[in-house]
Amino acid sequence: MNPYSDQNATGVAKESPGSVSTYVGARWRDFKAGIGTGDLGSLPVFIGLLLISVIFQILNPYFLSAENLSNLALESAASGTIAIGVVLVLLIGQIDLSVGSISGVAATIVAVGFVFHGWPLWLSVLAAVLAGAVIGFIYGLIYTRFGVPTFVITLAGLMGILGLQLWILGKNGTINIPFESWLVVFAQRAFLPEVATYLLVVLTVALFVTSKLLTARRRAAAGLPAASRAGILTRGALLLLILGVFSWHLSASRGIGLMFLVFVIFIVIVNYALKRTRWGRAVYAIGGNVEAARRAGIPVARTIISVLALGGAFAAIGGIFAMGRLASAGVSSGGLDTNLMAIAAGVIGGTSLFGGRGSAWSALLGVVVIQSIANGLTLVSLDSSIRFMITGAVLLVAVIIDSATRRSRALHGRA
Amino acid sequence: MEPKIDDGLAPQPILSLKGISKAFGAVQALKDVDLVVYPGEVVAIVGDNGAGKSTLVKVLAGVHPHDSGIITFKNAPVKISGPTASRNLGIATVYQDLALCDNLDVVSNLFLGSEIGNFNLDEVQMEQRTLDLFQQLSAKIPSVRSAVAGLSGGQRQTVAIARALIGEPALVVLDEPTAALGVAQTAEALNLIERLRERGLGVILISHNMADVQTVADRVVVLRLGGNNGNFRVSDVSHEDIVAAITGGVDNAVTRRNASRKGEGITT
Repeated sequence: MNPYSDQNATGVAKESPGSVSTYVGARWRDFKAGIGTGDLGSLPVFIGLLLISVIFQILNPYFLSAENLSNLALESAASGTIAIGVVLVLLIGQIDLSVGSISGVAATIVAVGFVFHGWPLWLSVLAAVLAGAVIGFIYGLIYTRFGVPTFVITLAGLMGILGLQLWILGKNGTINIPFESWLVVFAQRAFLPEVATYLLVVLTVALFVTSKLLTARRRAAAGLPAASRAGILTRGALLLLILGVFSWHLSASRGIGLMFLVFVIFIVIVNYALKRTRWGRAVYAIGGNVEAARRAGIPVARTIISVLALGGAFAAIGGIFAMGRLASAGVSSGGLDTNLMAIAAGVIGGTSLFGGRGSAWSALLGVVVIQSIANGLTLVSLDSSIRFMITGAVLLVAVIIDSATRRSRALHGRA
Repeated sequence: MEPKIDDGLAPQPILSLKGISKAFGAVQALKDVDLVVYPGEVVAIVGDNGAGKSTLVKVLAGVHPHDSGIITFKNAPVKISGPTASRNLGIATVYQDLALCDNLDVVSNLFLGSEIGNFNLDEVQMEQRTLDLFQQLSAKIPSVRSAVAGLSGGQRQTVAIARALIGEPALVVLDEPTAALGVAQTAEALNLIERLRERGLGVILISHNMADVQTVADRVVVLRLGGNNGNFRVSDVSHEDIVAAITGGVDNAVTRRNASRKGEGITT
């Protein structure tokens, strides 16, 4: 007997296997329900991004040009990678204020190891990433052992690690990395060839559609409500269109930077780990209700430590990306702006400060918003004072939306 | 499984406690408590504040191991040293605060900590088992894929009880399941408890609400000041008798109040 047929009588929304129009109708209903109950997800970010694009395009037609967008993508990769770690830490309801310092110390470890000690570059990079992970691991130990809020632990870390960075640098103010080293080539001049880009787009869409179709078939076979074929194909076509047009547009210039691609691949991996593994479920559960997670037998301490270690590792990787982009590391590596931008990116992208809600993709969305504002303001020749003020305002709006949706959820009995 | 097998043999209890004591420092929270629960039986544990109900729940759930006494579970003496030990024995505890993750959907909450699959969660199987379980319980839930945050108090209680059943327990301990519910939702929760009895599970129901106890329980065990103070079949005990056992006498605030109200009724 089909267990679902009876459930349907009790009011489970069933998506009938129908045409494109029923699919669009269903999404529209979701959207209206979302507005009513304050569960908007990443919709405000998309609207914000659209607004930013339109405004800057009107102010300076160079903004949406292939060259500028290609550049923008590369600019985003470093802070974005740091923001992945920030998102992970935010999901368990904690915060890491020291990501900027960790990124700075990672950059100096690579520079000093590679340039002064003659380590192979890969070894220096590995050492730096490990250092980031170890710092996060120590935060995790202190938090789970002594219960000190991560806010304070990482604030102490911010200062301590900055000191470590200066100590490693010694008397050197700035260390230049040779332009021919693969790290700098990767960060500045490596772009995906046009053919490879299109191949990648087709492959991505094919993978997306097949996996969705397979899931739908399994669900249908098990008697569960499944997404309709038409709906999946519509989404696939839409994805193909967006990615295709984007790639085609960028191909007029240098194309998609390799570093940006690696950043997106990181997001895809982290997203899978969060949504499809037992570890990811534990992360969301801890962010939602630590006590419930503990009583359900989830290894809470171990999960928290792993998340903070990953946060440190991503901060280190982001710092190394930023160093490659500048081809140098020094006193100012991972300074003020890196820290704030990465944390702001996670929140602006739609990950809740209160834990348990958000996705790895918010790192991408948030960093693109922030970098677009910075880039657009540079194009209209406003200096960094205005940039900080506007980014601050955007962050404030994002946090207000976060808090307001939370309150609205409470009002609708959804918190 | 049938709740009671009529083969002439006396049914074996699922759980039997003999002389359980538990002290917190100088405070004797439980002293020499006895309790027996049979399969397919709902045993209500009632008592005033501080009577030791919560401590008893915590002993069974493994939160506080007991000091002395013998716990026999399915005819074997056992030691409940921690929450995991309790769960592995087949005791499922539903706490008053439900301990649900509001940000996760119903399926995720049911399988929290015991997901199917590790590096590739089997959502289809988990969702199917969830639907099966709700159907067996005749429980109504809008959608098993909606976040728990969007459910009503009664539905959340349903989810919490259903979650207890995922591990196929033999004994379910419910701590004040109806305390936060409205009239209709309470009725639903009581139906659910009867459904558990039909499945042949032993049910321990901690409650303050005499009406609920008399509706759904087979037996009432009264605790007073940490010790046993009565063990009644619900069918042959009156509300007043239970109150007397809880408060420790026939002359107390409750009976005096009732008497004075009756008196008023006569004079007017």
